[in-house]
Amino acid sequence: MEKKRNAGLETWLMHIFLVGTALAVLYPIFMMVMSGFKTNAEIFGAPFALPKSFNFDNYIVIWNTTDVPRYLLNSTIVTLISVFVLLITGTMAAYAISRYRFRGSIMVSLFFLAGLMLPLRLAIIPLFVQLKAMGLVDNLLGLIFIYTAMSLPSTVFILTGFLRALPGELEDSARMDGASELRIMVQIMVPLITPAMVIAGIYNAVPIWNDFFFPLIFIQTPENKTLAQGLTSFFGEYSVNFGVLYAGLTLAALPLVVVFIVQSKRFIAGMTAGAIK
Amino acid sequence: MANIELRDVNKQFGDVKVIKDVNLAVEDNEFVVFVGPSGCGKSTLLRLIAGLEDLTTGEIHIDGERIDHLAPASRGLAMVFQSYALYPHFTVAQNMGYALRVAREDKASIDKKVYEAAEILQLTEYLDRKPKALSGGQRQRVAIGRAIVRNPKVFLFDEPLSNLDAKLRVAMRIELTKLHRALNATMIYVTHDQIEAMTMADKIVVLRDGIVEQIGAPLDLYNTPDNRFVAGFIGSPAMNFFKGKVSGVHEGGAEITLSDGTLINFPGKNGTLSVGDNVEFGVRPEHFSIEPGADGSLRGEVYAVERLGGETYIYLSSDSQKEIVVHATGDHRVAVGDRVEIGFTIAQSYLFGPDGQSVR
Repeated sequence: MEKKRNAGLETWLMHIFLVGTALAVLYPIFMMVMSGFKTNAEIFGAPFALPKSFNFDNYIVIWNTTDVPRYLLNSTIVTLISVFVLLITGTMAAYAISRYRFRGSIMVSLFFLAGLMLPLRLAIIPLFVQLKAMGLVDNLLGLIFIYTAMSLPSTVFILTGFLRALPGELEDSARMDGASELRIMVQIMVPLITPAMVIAGIYNAVPIWNDFFFPLIFIQTPENKTLAQGLTSFFGEYSVNFGVLYAGLTLAALPLVVVFIVQSKRFIAGMTAGAIK
Repeated sequence: MANIELRDVNKQFGDVKVIKDVNLAVEDNEFVVFVGPSGCGKSTLLRLIAGLEDLTTGEIHIDGERIDHLAPASRGLAMVFQSYALYPHFTVAQNMGYALRVAREDKASIDKKVYEAAEILQLTEYLDRKPKALSGGQRQRVAIGRAIVRNPKVFLFDEPLSNLDAKLRVAMRIELTKLHRALNATMIYVTHDQIEAMTMADKIVVLRDGIVEQIGAPLDLYNTPDNRFVAGFIGSPAMNFFKGKVSGVHEGGAEITLSDGTLINFPGKNGTLSVGDNVEFGVRPEHFSIEPGADGSLRGEVYAVERLGGETYIYLSSDSQKEIVVHATGDHRVAVGDRVEIGFTIAQSYLFGPDGQSVR
């Protein structure tokens, strides 16, 4: 009986802790969303109060008078294509490393691991020279190349672990069924690691979407700017209008939040895979 | 269906030889079981036949045609794996029809074959389920169904029952034997369980360390094992072995002295023995009687008794022998601590020479 009561208390403490953490994380986001509905006067008059009315004036301003729609489109293009290419190349690389024994396979996986250890930002000058030579400066394709290459090591690392855990008998069985190696990968093995692919996708999409550094270096013309970079222009032009800035930030955060909510079941399935049989 | 022939098959992983000069003929419609302790190479041998591993040297022929250079799917074989290896994201029907889909058969013919196989295995009502919604036995049947659908020349089974519980294993054993008869198929079955081997096989191949120790019908292996290993491996509980020395060799016979001093006369058995050779004397637990025997007796103290009603297992030990197992039919009133005399007959005992081979 005593033990049961203790267990109840533990659960309560745990819940209080979790609720507290959730509040700490959610409150700034809540503030950002609420401030997006406020005017500048409201924000400075009563920073923590709810907005007087939930009108979309700030959003209308953003949509009609700024380049944010263009930035949003650029960020979406760069993130989607990078993650798409990343998942295809990353899965293929991870599959080769984890499922085949070949000369140099350890070297290849170490090569990818080395990518995890070296910060790409250190190589910014050679990278700039290289991209300039390829004519990819101030070009979204240049960003896509950088992001794909930058995210490959972690993707390969995550997917290799999952692919290694798949039983070899599945492959053997498909071989007996006459499936080609490509078919085994595409139809049998890869569908079983979709949770891992969701993890790798989200894990890499967030920094790509939020990245400020590479667009700052490589993108010059306004029509090629991405969202994180574009929003900084508000600090100059609209430094008085915080309401519009917050609305812009809300808009910037929205797509990833939606993606995460939609995929959260798979994300969690991937995170806990292997924990229970 | 088909017959298979293995000629001088060798397999090496790096420097390790796992299969050594295996020669074997499997007749049409035969149920052959590869049996041996774990690590003996039986699964590797099966995978060599399946084409999942490449031969180091040697040849494999099916119906006289050499197939060891062909891809697994082109050999006309189907394999059932220990872990079932069902594709988790496919339904039962998709699992069973996958090989046919890969071979681009038309949908109507795939559906028909899958349904027919499902009927044989009583799986028709589960065709739309995913493997995770099936019990272990049902999954096993799907795995077998997947093999049947392909109408292979030879079925290969790699320890297919070891993931099932004891009761289901017995039921599936009988089902597989029935299936073998119904399909009139050549089957090769790998197991470490000698009861499975004894009950299902037409022919057993006993392997140890990549070497074929003996090939024969189950009861031939039981009654006339070629060597000490086969004698100890076939039969449950295992044969009792007693160390001894040859104390005399005479015309057509030998005299053995066991380490406890018991003198045994083996008429008609001396092989190439000479006086002083170390030998082993073997008696199966079921061939001991709990009374002095016609040809000799041993003594020991009972340290455990297992009474199952219809049969009794008595465990004895003596100064020279740590464990002697006796399997008696019926219920025997022996108690722990009793000193008993157990008898044997020469007709139902075995003698193994210094090289471990049976002395005949």
